[in-house]
Amino acid sequence: MADQIRFADVETGAELPEASYPVTRLSLVKYCGASGDFNPIHWNERIAKAVGLPDVIAHGMFTMAETGRFVTDWAGPQGAVLELGVRFSSMVVVPDDDTGASVEVTGVVEEKLDGNRVRLTLTARSNGSKVLTRSRAVVRLP
Amino acid sequence: MPINRDFLGRTFPPSDPYEISRVKIRDFADAIGDPSPVFRDVAAAQAAGYPDVIAPPTFPIVITAAAGNRAATDPELGVNYAMVVHGEQSFSYVRPMVAGDVVTAQTTITDIRDAGRNTLLTNTTEFRTLDGELVCTAHSTLVERGGAG
Repeated sequence: MADQIRFADVETGAELPEASYPVTRLSLVKYCGASGDFNPIHWNERIAKAVGLPDVIAHGMFTMAETGRFVTDWAGPQGAVLELGVRFSSMVVVPDDDTGASVEVTGVVEEKLDGNRVRLTLTARSNGSKVLTRSRAVVRLP
Repeated sequence: MPINRDFLGRTFPPSDPYEISRVKIRDFADAIGDPSPVFRDVAAAQAAGYPDVIAPPTFPIVITAAAGNRAATDPELGVNYAMVVHGEQSFSYVRPMVAGDVVTAQTTITDIRDAGRNTLLTNTTEFRTLDGELVCTAHSTLVERGGAG
């Protein structure tokens, strides 16, 4: 089992380890199936370009899910996510090649709250642009 | 056609009950590339203090999709889906969703307003067990580009 971070060990202002998550066309096809969101802009280049997009783009909820993964990885198995919120500010464009794109997530401990709760602020970037803004989470740690 | 302001404040009927299964949680965790054992392994989840495997925090989107996003796709509401992008999303949890939970989703439209040439549609969805226990509240803002003409 992964290491379990403790509330007592957390310091305000601490930076969480940055993580990079790959996004390929296969990721998006799998996410379509798992989420039930089959909007063709997430898998069909012809339709994506026809509606003015540069290429196929990731589901916003896929990008949010990677941010959630970043939070749950840090909080550990006994950490509980109480709040997770994002604002979608830019697209994650996913080219049809062997590499795809990536989402880089960073986070900072913003505040320690009562009840063993910790407020985090998060950023997510792809290809040099912020793809999520005003991203934040509140977790409860043991 | 602009979004129908008569829908402001409307609460839609709850969705049909959705049973959260271990298989679907694993499928979703695989799709987001998350290998954490608490989403896959009952023993690991129980060792962490949960009754069964738990769902990742963005899992409720599966439940609203299964319910057909009933509120936002009501034809009388008049959203032009070809022009819609997701603006904001948040989830607030009372506790994690756990395999075996049977929940309904009930959506209320809490705001409809113009921002420049766009129209913003904000709704709140409550996920409750069949006993009425609130598990999660989701807030979502959709942006209809050009909706304000």
